[in-house]
Amino acid sequence: MKEAAVQQEPSYLEAPYGLASWLLTKDHKRIAILYLISITIFFAIGGTFAAMLRAELVTPQGDLLTADLYNKVFTLHGVVMIFFFLIPSIPATLGNFFMPIMIGAKDLAFPRINLLSWYIYVLGAALTLTVVMLGGVDTGWTFYAPYSSIASNTNVTLAAVGVFITGFSSILTGFNFIVTVHRMRAPGMTWFRLPLFVWANYATSLVMILGTPVVAITILMVAAERALHLGIFDPRIGGDPVLFQHLFWFYSHPAVYIMILPGMGVISEMVANVSRKQIFGYSFVAFSSLAIAVIGFLVWGHHMFVTGQSIYAGLVFSIITMLVAVPSAVKTFNWTATMYKGSISWDSPLFWVLGFMGLFLIGGLTGLFLGTMGLDVHLHDTYFVVAHFHYIMVGGGVMAFLGGLHFYWPKMTGRMYNETLAKIASMLVFFGFNLTFFPQFILGYMGMPRRYHGYPPEFQVLNVMSTGGAMVLGVGYTLILLYLLYSIIKGPKAPMNPWGATGLEWKIQSPPITHNFHETPVVTEDAYDYIHAPAPQRGGEE
Amino acid sequence: MSQTVSTTKTHPKLQPHFYSMEQQLEASTLGMWVFLVTEVMFFGGLFMAYIVYRNMYPHAWVEASAELNWRLGGLNTLVLIGSSLTMALSVRAAMLGQKKGQLINLSLTILLGCVFLVVKFFEYKAKFEHHLVPGPDFNPALEQGMQIFFSLYFMMTGIHAAHMIIGIVMMTIILVMAAKDSFNAEYYTPVEVAGLYWHFVDIVWIFLFPLLYLLGRHGA
Repeated sequence: MKEAAVQQEPSYLEAPYGLASWLLTKDHKRIAILYLISITIFFAIGGTFAAMLRAELVTPQGDLLTADLYNKVFTLHGVVMIFFFLIPSIPATLGNFFMPIMIGAKDLAFPRINLLSWYIYVLGAALTLTVVMLGGVDTGWTFYAPYSSIASNTNVTLAAVGVFITGFSSILTGFNFIVTVHRMRAPGMTWFRLPLFVWANYATSLVMILGTPVVAITILMVAAERALHLGIFDPRIGGDPVLFQHLFWFYSHPAVYIMILPGMGVISEMVANVSRKQIFGYSFVAFSSLAIAVIGFLVWGHHMFVTGQSIYAGLVFSIITMLVAVPSAVKTFNWTATMYKGSISWDSPLFWVLGFMGLFLIGGLTGLFLGTMGLDVHLHDTYFVVAHFHYIMVGGGVMAFLGGLHFYWPKMTGRMYNETLAKIASMLVFFGFNLTFFPQFILGYMGMPRRYHGYPPEFQVLNVMSTGGAMVLGVGYTLILLYLLYSIIKGPKAPMNPWGATGLEWKIQSPPITHNFHETPVVTEDAYDYIHAPAPQRGGEE
Repeated sequence: MSQTVSTTKTHPKLQPHFYSMEQQLEASTLGMWVFLVTEVMFFGGLFMAYIVYRNMYPHAWVEASAELNWRLGGLNTLVLIGSSLTMALSVRAAMLGQKKGQLINLSLTILLGCVFLVVKFFEYKAKFEHHLVPGPDFNPALEQGMQIFFSLYFMMTGIHAAHMIIGIVMMTIILVMAAKDSFNAEYYTPVEVAGLYWHFVDIVWIFLFPLLYLLGRHGA
């Protein structure tokens, strides 16, 4: 049969061996793996900082970390998790790996630039780790001027340069994706046959190329102010620090959508698969990604309700913030409608999908609380905000990333992991997460401010619960790392299409060959044609 | 199965993940346009700061602008417009496969780029001599807001000059490629793409010149 001949060609993992063949690769799949390894390391580093924060907060007295050290630890936690884990997480790994395959291309449009983006990421990461070695930075991940530009005597300049450089890796990824979607689609792969994961990554790429340069120049201005005295935000010479906040949030609010949009794309793929149904309202889900990307650029002022910006500007920002909830809700309703009367499979992907939807829902709804101007005056800079964005970024973003990793793992590595352990881990993560962050909503509502190493004793019970949850979460993440690594060595071989999913990526061998396809595919059907999808075939079940 | 696989597949410059030379050229030019969009946003942050502070300190900005040498700035504007012309002629020569035209025009482009930087160097030097460089050495007698003008002046022109240097390096590489007969009617992508970049850097200067040098000059 043809199958046998197909298996002769070595997969991308086996093609040429050796360290050099990996470090100089132009194959988008190998670059995705390089990114996956790097972001896993940074997730562990950022997680360690988080563990230090939670350990400090077990007791009301600031006894474990001094106030200065605590400032540095939460700054590094934020910088590492946002710039080195969340932003590249899905686009640079799953996006890099699957986007070209999903559209029927042999590679991204610019393979060398793709590799360059990884090296730029590594360079920025090395600078940031140098900052850690030299004693850290204490401005918060937001680098607010004038504290960052004239007051702080930690390594702000170096950290700013590190973030500036890493920004370019994100720009290059976004730029590569946009050109690839426009110019590299296979014959018959029209825009409305694209899988929703591609739409989501396309929308993310728009945010990356339009937003990231603005934060790059803003951070550069802070670095220039420190290093060269080019005072632009310095109040002593008449500068306006609020301008920094405007420029910073012009990127950093849309950056939230860089973190969540690709996750929404992953969930769209998975929800159709676990329901074995055509996704409900394909074009609505596709356009809601673009709507989120566009509206997301017009809401940055909601971070600044208490900075003294015009109350009328605040009013407009508040209204537009509410509008973002519309496309987000469109997605959530469409996912649930997809599941309705679907033939739900009890496989591990389902657990991640449901976990994502629950956590994203809470995160999204609490965002409306914060977008309400009057309420925000009370909740601003409290743990309510911390809980809200962790529900979106960790509850939504990381849950979708892990879900996607589990869903695509057989295709990426050619191995199956242990289903039972995966279900247990997803439950640990879900409940651990809620235990960690739900108490923080209450703490914030009661008025506990963020970014302090001590707190009044009446807040202790909830803080202990939160730290306990963080430990469960830590166990869950570690378990995932262990059984996924184990599966690479000892896992049973994965078949071509273990979940019975649709899409070009499931019609090629696991793991794919270097050029993905033996011959250029011609697409003749819409996405998610589950009526004609093959049944799941799980290979060697453990 | 795959009818779109073009017969030009044998062309040595076709990378294996593209079907045809047309697809490769289209992808590269679209890529450069997308990159230029990011550049617009990058400079956009600076222009935003410019708008805010000019609005805040209108008088100080006219005063500060008067300290700049508009003759040198104007000269540099002409130099860059000239380099855009030679750049466009290089692309044309590459498309027609005229080696001599490519070599002359690319060399002229590089030369004009260097002239721009030399003029810029003398302008910067004058600012240091007149205590107009922000920092502890800045003339304290000057009006509030003028120091921010000069901070932005150095940021904007400095980043622009950095782009010029990158452009000159790029053109030198292209010149070497042209000398090795790399370009012809079928393959001139690098010249085309580098040309787009060069024109963009020129256009940034076309905006910077009046915004920085010509405030309050009308009717004088």
